[in-house]
Amino acid sequence: MKPLPITDYTVTSAIGVGRDATLASLRAARSGLRRRQFETAELPAWLGQVDAADEVRLPEALSAFDCRNNRLAWLALQADGFAQSVAQAARRHGAGRVGVFLGTSTSGILQTEIAYRHRDPASGALPEDFRYEETHNTYSVARFVREALSLEGPAVVVSTACSSSAKVFANAQRMIDLGLIDAAVVGGVDSLCLTTLYGFNSLELLSPDICRPWDAARKGLSIGEAAAYALLEREAGASDARGWLLGVGETSDGHHMSSPHPQGAGAAQAMREALAQAGLAPRDVNYLNLHGTATPGNDAAEDIAVVEVFGTDLPCSSTKGATGHTLGAAGGVEAAVCLLALAHGFMPAGLNRSTPDATLRCNYLDAGRDAALSVVASNSFGFGGSNACLLLGAGR
Amino acid sequence: MSVLSVNVLGVGLRGPGLEGWEKSAPLLRDAALWRAAPTVIPAPERLPSAERRRSGAIVKLSIAAAEEACVAAGIDTRSLATVFTSSSGDVQNCHMLCEALATPERAVSPTRFTNSVHNAPAGYWHIATASRAPSTSLCAFDASFGAGLLEAAAQCVSLARPVLLVAADVPYPQPLHAKRPVGEAFGVAMVLDASPASGSSGDALARLQVSVSHGQPERCETPSLESLRAQVPAARALPLLRLLAQLALDDPRGAQARRCTLEYLAPATLDVVVAPKGRA
Repeated sequence: MKPLPITDYTVTSAIGVGRDATLASLRAARSGLRRRQFETAELPAWLGQVDAADEVRLPEALSAFDCRNNRLAWLALQADGFAQSVAQAARRHGAGRVGVFLGTSTSGILQTEIAYRHRDPASGALPEDFRYEETHNTYSVARFVREALSLEGPAVVVSTACSSSAKVFANAQRMIDLGLIDAAVVGGVDSLCLTTLYGFNSLELLSPDICRPWDAARKGLSIGEAAAYALLEREAGASDARGWLLGVGETSDGHHMSSPHPQGAGAAQAMREALAQAGLAPRDVNYLNLHGTATPGNDAAEDIAVVEVFGTDLPCSSTKGATGHTLGAAGGVEAAVCLLALAHGFMPAGLNRSTPDATLRCNYLDAGRDAALSVVASNSFGFGGSNACLLLGAGR
Repeated sequence: MSVLSVNVLGVGLRGPGLEGWEKSAPLLRDAALWRAAPTVIPAPERLPSAERRRSGAIVKLSIAAAEEACVAAGIDTRSLATVFTSSSGDVQNCHMLCEALATPERAVSPTRFTNSVHNAPAGYWHIATASRAPSTSLCAFDASFGAGLLEAAAQCVSLARPVLLVAADVPYPQPLHAKRPVGEAFGVAMVLDASPASGSSGDALARLQVSVSHGQPERCETPSLESLRAQVPAARALPLLRLLAQLALDDPRGAQARRCTLEYLAPATLDVVVAPKGRA
C-alpha cells in the first residue's frame, strides 16, 4: 500500500491525558495501574482507571449519550487539540469526506449492567431513563464521536474484541485509497465495566497481582480503560505528517474462541502480511510493541510468532504493564505509543517484570532505551482468534 | 463519488418464512406470496461439537446463511475473507450476562463471557472453516447492513480478493426488547468478488455498483415485508434481495439493470445498481 499520512493523534489512559503526559509516564517507566475497586466490583485486581473521566460533563446537545464510555471518548477528543485538527480537516475536505472508524469491545454496556439492578420489581422493565441506542449499542461510541465532531462521512464500529482499534486503520486506509473519503478519524474507546472484570475473572485470566508481561510468574492481565484517536488524511491534504501508516496485517486463528493458537500461527501471518503490504523486510523494523497481555497463553504464543517472523534481536516490549489491557482501545493506544516512540526516538520499557520467563526468546526491554526509529510495529490480538499488526513510520 | 463494482457469486438467506435463498427468491420477487413464519435456524453441522454446544442463535444463524452463500458460490472457504455485521450480537447471551451481574453472586460463566464478544459469529465461522483469512465484525446500529455491504465491497476492490459478507440480527428478550424492538431473526450472506474474471465466467448472479448517496431508503412493496425490513437491521437488505431474486428467476434475455436505495447513516443512503452479470 501507499504510505498514508497520520496528521494528528492523541491518547488518554491511566498514564495520562494527552500525548505529553503519556510520554512523560512512558519515559519515567511509571505505571497507571493501582490495586483498587471499580463501581460495585469486588475482585482482587489492579486497574488502569482514568479518574478524569468521572469529572466529564457532556455538552447539553450530546447529553443523550451520557455514559462512562462516551465521557472517556469526549475527554480524549479535547486533549492535544485533536478535535480542532479534525475540524480543520473537515473544512479542507468537507464533513462528508471524513469517515469515523472506531474500535470498542463493550461500548457503554456499563449503563445496561446498572439498569439491570434497577428493573421494575413488578414488570421487570428497565428504568425509563435508560438509553440503549446512545449508550449500550456497540455503534454508540462512533455515533457519539461523529456527532461531537460534526462529521458526515462513512462511519462504523469494528468490534473484534482486543484487536478492534488496530483494525480500524485498515478500514480507513481502504476507503481513502478507493476515493470514498479523503480523511478519517480512527481509534478506539473502551471503558471499565463489570462484564469484562467478571468475565476475564471467570476465565482465570484476571491477575490478582499487577500484570507482568513476559514474566515467568505472570498470572494474567490487568484491565485498563482508554481512548485514542488518529487522523488519517490522503497525501494531498497532509501538510505536516506526524507519522505514517505503512501497512496493516489482518488474519484469523480459526483455532479457538478464547485461546490463541499455541504456536501463534495466525499472529505470525498478520505480521508477515503487514510487512508485505508495506513492502518491507523484517530487518527494516526497529521496535515492536507487543500485544503482551501477561496471560500465560498469549505471551507464549506471541513470543513464538514474533521470533518466527523477526528473529530474537528485534527490541520488543508490552506497555500494558503501564496502561493495563485497554481491550478494544488497545490497538489505538499502542499505535499512539508507537507514534510517540517514533517522534521522540525512544523505545518504552516493559514494566513489572521481575523474573524473565526463560522459555520466551524475544529481545524484551525491561528498561526504556533511546534510539532513532524509522519503522515500528504494533501487535493486537483478540478473542475469536482475531489478529492485527500495524506498521508505522516516522514523520518526514 | 466513487462507485464500487462487485460480482455476487452466491447468496444465503434465513428469515421468517425465508428458508434459504432458493426457496425464498420466488417469494421476494412476488412479495404477495410471502407468509411470515418463525425463522428456522438449522444446527451448524460444520462446527466441532464442543463449539456447536456453546454457540448461540446469532452464531447458528450467521453460519447457516454463510454456508448457503459459500456453497452456491462454490468457493474455498479456507482462504475467504469475511465481513460480519450485526446491530446487537448475541442478544440472549447479553441478557443472561446482565442478569447474572445484577445478582449478589455475579456468577459469570467463561462461555457466557466468551460469547459476549461482537465477533463471536466470525470466530466460530473461522473455526468451522479452519480459515486464517482476514475477518472483521462491524456494527452501525440500524445502518449495520449498509455499513457491512460498503466495507465488504471496499475490501473486494481494494484487496482484489473475494469477501463473504454476513449480516444477522436476532430479537432481544425482555426487558431489552422494549428498549430495542428488533422484530425477527434474520440473516443474509453474500459472496462478493471484484475480479472481472468471475463476472465473465458465467458463475456470478449479478454485478453490483455500490455508492454512497443521499436519497430515500426504498421500502418493500407489501406492508408485511416492509414491516420486516423496518424492524430488523439485517433485513434492510430486502430491497437488494428482491432485485437479485428478479435477476435469478426472470428470463436473462430481457434482464435490465435496476437500482435500489438502501438505508445507511441517514441522511446518507447506499445506492446499489444491480445488473445482469457482465453488463455493468
